[in-house]
Amino acid sequence: MNFGAIQIEKKQVVSLRSKILNTVMFVLLGLAFSSVLIIAVGFNPIAVYSKMISYSYLNLRGINGSIKAGLPLMLCGLSVSIAFKMNLNNIGAEGQYAMGAILGGAFALFGPELPIPVRLMVMFLLCAIGGGLWAMIAALLKAYWNVNETMVTLMQNYIALLFMDYLCYGPWMAKKQTTPISEPIPKGMYLPNIGNTGINSGVLVAIAIAALLYIFLKYTTAGYQIEVIRNSRKSAEYAGINVRRYILIVLGLSGAIAGLAGFVQITGVVHRVQAQLPGGSGYTGIVIAYLSKFNPIAVIIVSILMGGLENSCAAVQIMGVPSQIATMLQGSIMISVIAGEFFNHYKISFSKNNMISQNKTEGVAQ
Amino acid sequence: MENTVLLEMKGITKRFGKTLANDHVNLRLYKGEIHALLGENGAGKSTLMNILLGIYRPNSGEIFYKGEKVSIRSPKDAVRLGIGMVHQHFVLIPTLSVAENIFLSTGNCSFILNRAKMEETIRGYSKKFGLDVDPGAKVWQLSVGEQQRVEIMKLLCRNSEIMILDEPSAVLTPQESREMFKTLRTMAKDGKTIVFISHKMNEVMEYSDRITVLKSGRVEDEMLTKDATVERLTKAVVGSRTLNKKVARAKKESACVLLEVEHLHVKNDKGLMALKDVSFSLRAGEIFAIAGVAGNGQRELAEVLAGLRKVTSGKIAMNGRDITKANARERISLGISFIPEDRLKMGLIPGMNLKQNAILKSFREPEFNRFGFLRNKPIKAVTERFVATHDIKNGGIDLPVSMMSGGNQQKLLVAREISSNPALIIAAYPVRGLDIGATESINNILMEQRNKGACVLLISEELDEIFEMSDRVAVLCDGKLMGIRNTSETDYEEIGRLMSGESA
Repeated sequence: MNFGAIQIEKKQVVSLRSKILNTVMFVLLGLAFSSVLIIAVGFNPIAVYSKMISYSYLNLRGINGSIKAGLPLMLCGLSVSIAFKMNLNNIGAEGQYAMGAILGGAFALFGPELPIPVRLMVMFLLCAIGGGLWAMIAALLKAYWNVNETMVTLMQNYIALLFMDYLCYGPWMAKKQTTPISEPIPKGMYLPNIGNTGINSGVLVAIAIAALLYIFLKYTTAGYQIEVIRNSRKSAEYAGINVRRYILIVLGLSGAIAGLAGFVQITGVVHRVQAQLPGGSGYTGIVIAYLSKFNPIAVIIVSILMGGLENSCAAVQIMGVPSQIATMLQGSIMISVIAGEFFNHYKISFSKNNMISQNKTEGVAQ
Repeated sequence: MENTVLLEMKGITKRFGKTLANDHVNLRLYKGEIHALLGENGAGKSTLMNILLGIYRPNSGEIFYKGEKVSIRSPKDAVRLGIGMVHQHFVLIPTLSVAENIFLSTGNCSFILNRAKMEETIRGYSKKFGLDVDPGAKVWQLSVGEQQRVEIMKLLCRNSEIMILDEPSAVLTPQESREMFKTLRTMAKDGKTIVFISHKMNEVMEYSDRITVLKSGRVEDEMLTKDATVERLTKAVVGSRTLNKKVARAKKESACVLLEVEHLHVKNDKGLMALKDVSFSLRAGEIFAIAGVAGNGQRELAEVLAGLRKVTSGKIAMNGRDITKANARERISLGISFIPEDRLKMGLIPGMNLKQNAILKSFREPEFNRFGFLRNKPIKAVTERFVATHDIKNGGIDLPVSMMSGGNQQKLLVAREISSNPALIIAAYPVRGLDIGATESINNILMEQRNKGACVLLISEELDEIFEMSDRVAVLCDGKLMGIRNTSETDYEEIGRLMSGESA
């Protein structure tokens, strides 16, 4: 075996096209890997995949469903993306989502009867504040004592979800209910569909935030400073950038966006507060952020695909395929794409074998 | 010197991507000689030695050792053949003793350590070659010079026949260097073959038997040292390239004090005191050099003046105003520019493009910033201006700076740092690792700034550079300022003595 013939070179510039091509290729590889497992449990992967695709993406109802399921995922994906943009590993979108939902939900359920637009506006702000403040705990610890934000945000998730459980099983539980859900929010606060498309207008909130985030990161001095900090904290300090302040701003913003997932989910989809409302969206958000390479616009698209993936499980469950297939696909696609990142940065070439001639290689031994 | 060829490299070619680091290089090493490998940075010296050590594998070429063709596939092969290297950055474990470090590298220690025998072997070599090393001392207690001796001892204990030293004098004072080369000579007399990499012509002429000059990956010239002249070496190293005209030093009189540092104490990253009671004052329109072996508080001094490190005690005043507590951003607006020692870690962001690096200090200015949004046109314009005025070679201002050569990166950084018309420029090793052309440009820029009335604090370990550039020179040793001299009234001898801690 002669590994010497393989050469690995670092690529200096990566075009957008090759980035997209790379992602698509490794998504397919992930699917191919999963199909082995699908075969192993006794199904035809082609049949399973085509059923899933036709159910979720090839008809209007399916697409509507995908968007609806993707709605909280979009905001969680955006939340994770901006934090990761500054190398802050916020894996607490789940908890920030819950806290946003709790604070905003409390206002929707028990707040004063103001005009509907005002109430929606206040609820929107409260959701953002709930998530933002919750993230701020980790941010302060990180900024002032360099406490690992990964651990803190993860632990905070459990606290937030248990607090939500407590409210929904306890003081907020609807009368004559045995399930942990609150009373519905006032009917007027339901977010309407866009025209008669059946697509909830919550998606516009997500798209608007994605667009703002894109502009913020790409064109503002703040976005520039975030990029400097991500690339080199030392150089950022050298340039007089207040890194501490940016940790607070970015993690706070990240939490606020996750909190808004609570807003769209409550006003657009479930219309009440319920236990386990985030349902893992915060974690799926991490997958989405990675698959989108932290690009806010890509987050929207990937979220819809992921939403559809979750929906389509129901369709193949009828065939007898275990419902965990969605999680499995998510996992294998993510691992595959992250592993494929390598090929975005390095080029591998096989050189012709004109190295030190192979004969008498044993000359080394004396 | 015997005349038997010990090792021969024939037609060695090594490519990294599109760049040709070694292009059909032939190198012949004789038994018992001291062979100098001379060349600018990037000439391919290190690549060639790394091939000999089995760290890189050549794309083509052959190596003959004692007349037999060999293939060196890994550092292990090199060790087996008896080829060893003292790297510029030592590979020692600070908490272990000298003897432990040495026997760790020989790899032939038995299960139960025989310390006495280890130490005996080391003392034997110490005596034989005049290599002063205490086998029982812990490495962290040793000075840089002593650590280098431990590295050399490692090679002796491994029975290396070819010993390669990468810029061995870079970390030493002139006196220490002389000692080290004396030791190398005794080892050569004993039959060892020594190769040392250098870019200093004087030490090559003084201490070697034979010289090979590399230039852009090729062997440019090869000679016995007794046939070498400065002209011949210069021509081989630099080629026919004409250097920029040097900017002359303008006469300056009665300059006012710009910056005053009083009884400064500063800690390093480990929390140990790195600067001890340092006091000096800087005047406008002078180049004030800080000489000394790297690691004696230079980095801490540069960072504390730039506002990147906290003052433990003491005072810094600029134009009479106390700025001890001013942060980095305030210092920037006070007109303090900083050229850090490791530009890719601090100062430039390798993964970001030329434009983004050009505005690193000025993005807040209204010129580049309107209501929090970056203004692309002026940013592009200023970058193009930097590129044009300083002749910065680049593949496009939208490409990452990591794609430029070190010299061009440094020119961009310096262009940015002087663009704000600074009052004080802290330049830490500004020409380290640059080729002669880039070195000249950077030195000219600094001299121009001085002539314009700025103060340049030049931190350097190259005495040639210091004597050429500076008006006054101070010496740092172990965090203490050993003395301040007018450059015209001192010499290498005196500065060397101060560098080694002898107070005058």
